[in-house]
Amino acid sequence: MKLRDIQKLLEAELICGEESLDEEIDYAGASDLMSDVLAFGKPGLLLITGLSNVQSVRTADIIEAKAIVYVRGKKPDKDSIELAKKKGIPLLSTRLMMYKTCGLLYSQGLSGIGESQKKER
Amino acid sequence: MSEENELSQIFEILGGDFGHAGSVSTKVKEILKEVGIDPSIIRRAAIVAYEAEMNVVMYARKALFALTLTPGQIHFKIEDEGPGIPDIELAMQEGFSTATEEMREMGFGAGMGLPNIRKNADRFLISSLVGRGTMLSVYFFLNQESRG
Repeated sequence: MKLRDIQKLLEAELICGEESLDEEIDYAGASDLMSDVLAFGKPGLLLITGLSNVQSVRTADIIEAKAIVYVRGKKPDKDSIELAKKKGIPLLSTRLMMYKTCGLLYSQGLSGIGESQKKER
Repeated sequence: MSEENELSQIFEILGGDFGHAGSVSTKVKEILKEVGIDPSIIRRAAIVAYEAEMNVVMYARKALFALTLTPGQIHFKIEDEGPGIPDIELAMQEGFSTATEEMREMGFGAGMGLPNIRKNADRFLISSLVGRGTMLSVYFFLNQESRG
């Protein structure tokens, strides 16, 4: 699923990273706990979180996540956006709750971590 | 191993500096990338550096983070001045945490830091003196198959 399709599906606002909208996203993971993200995260992940401070972007950079979707209408602060631009991590913000965000993406075929390899491409 | 093949750098981490928390790990990751370390090892090392850095920011007054790179291994030594850990075995348990509300708001303090560090390290040593501080020594071996 392209990041552009994800943006449309979630009616999300693109905060930065327009040049990455055509990137393909293979799987997603959701948590507000960055330690959990560090524990389960895999490169290429779409990170879905309600944590909008700079640590979300740092965590995404450390695990090499492909993009972040902030849920519940959360918007990252200036420092987070700066860092995300520097690191080339697109940021999106949706008004949907985390549960619905995940549900919509999953129903459209976006896998969770560890599932994408099982699927036939 | 000759000393010419060694790269070492020391960074300072300040306790309570939530705004910059993670910046040392970002730098460490960039250095490892520049010297061309295997990406899966970089990932593990970056996670360890980040969790260790967050621990210092959350709990200690300050710390020195020493990165030493030799042909065979990456070594991190993180030595802090802080309260120390009275019961290391307990602190190593997943879910055990003494974090405050502020730390949890930052997305940390879930009792996953030290377990995550141990999980991602090839070799992990910890020692602590209550009232003085904690020392972490973490190794990543470069000559073996990566664990992914």
